[in-house]
Amino acid sequence: MSDNAHSEGHVHSAKPYIRIYCILLVLLVISIVGPMMGGLTVMLVTAFGVAVVKALMVAAYFMHLNVEKKYIWYLLAMAAIFLAVMFFGVAPDVMNKDGVNWKRLDHSAPSSSTAPAHH
Amino acid sequence: MSAFQVPIATNRCATGIPTGRLAIWWVLASEIVIFGGLVACYLLFRFRHPEWAAEAEHTKLAAGAINTFVLLTSSLFVVLAHVAASNKDTVNARKYLIWTILGGLIFLCVKAYEYTSEISHGYTITRSVFWAFYYTATALHGLHVIGGMTIMGLLLPDVAKGKNLQRVEYIGIYWHFVDVVWLFLFPLFYIASAAS
Repeated sequence: MSDNAHSEGHVHSAKPYIRIYCILLVLLVISIVGPMMGGLTVMLVTAFGVAVVKALMVAAYFMHLNVEKKYIWYLLAMAAIFLAVMFFGVAPDVMNKDGVNWKRLDHSAPSSSTAPAHH
Repeated sequence: MSAFQVPIATNRCATGIPTGRLAIWWVLASEIVIFGGLVACYLLFRFRHPEWAAEAEHTKLAAGAINTFVLLTSSLFVVLAHVAASNKDTVNARKYLIWTILGGLIFLCVKAYEYTSEISHGYTITRSVFWAFYYTATALHGLHVIGGMTIMGLLLPDVAKGKNLQRVEYIGIYWHFVDVVWLFLFPLFYIASAAS
C-alpha cells in the first residue's frame, strides 16, 4: 500500500476491529429492544442516542477518523455546518403555525366556507 | 517515466493526506449534505405530523434489523480487507471484499422483499408524504450500496494481482459511510414506529 499513511511499516491486527464489531452488535440489540419498553425518552435514548454512538464508533474506528488528520475533521465539520444552517434556517418557518400578517392554511382539513358547491 | 503516464494529482500530497483518500473524504462531505438534507427535511415534517407514526407501523422492523446486522457485518469484512491489504495479504483482501459484496447483495435482497411486500399492500411512493420520504431515502441509499458493490467488483482483479491496494482502504471508507447512513435511516423509519 504505497500511499497509505496509516499502514506503513508494521503488521496490522484484525482483533481490535472484531472487538468494535461485537460492541456494535450489542448496541444494535439495545436500539431494537429499548424502544419496545415504551416512553418517548427511552425511545430517543435507546434508538437515536445509540444510533449516534454506533455511527461515531464506525467513523472513529472503521473509517479511522480517530487517527486521521485534522484537515478531514474540518472538511466534515464544514458539511455539517452547511446542514445545520439549512435545518435551523428553515425550521422556524416550517414549525410555526402563524406569524405577523400570515397564517398557515390547513389543506388537509375540509373547508366548508370556501369549497365550491357540488351539483 | 513520462509525465503523462501518471496524473499529476496522484503524485502530490499538499495536505499530508494521500490524494485518493482526500478525494473520498470530499465525496463523503458532499454526501453528508445530500443524505443529511433529506433526513433534516424528514425530521421537520415528522415533528409536525405525529400521525406519521401510524404510517411507519407498516414498515418491517425485523427486515430493517436484519439489514442493519448485514451492513454492520459487511463493514467488518471491508475493514478486514483493509487490514489484509495493509499486510500485503492479497488472498484475504480479495476474499473479504467478496464477502462484503455478498453482504451488499443480501441487503438488497431483503430490501427488495420489503418493497415488494409494502407495494403489494398499497404502500407506494404516492400514498403519502411519509412513504415518499421512505422510498426516496431508502432507494437513494440502495443506489449507494449498488455503487459500492460495483466498485468493489471492479477492484477485485487488481487486488488479486497486488496492484493499487490503497484503493481497498478508499472503497472501505465509502462503504462505512453507507453503513453510517443506514444506522440513522433504521431508527427514523423503523424503530420510531415501534415505540409509538
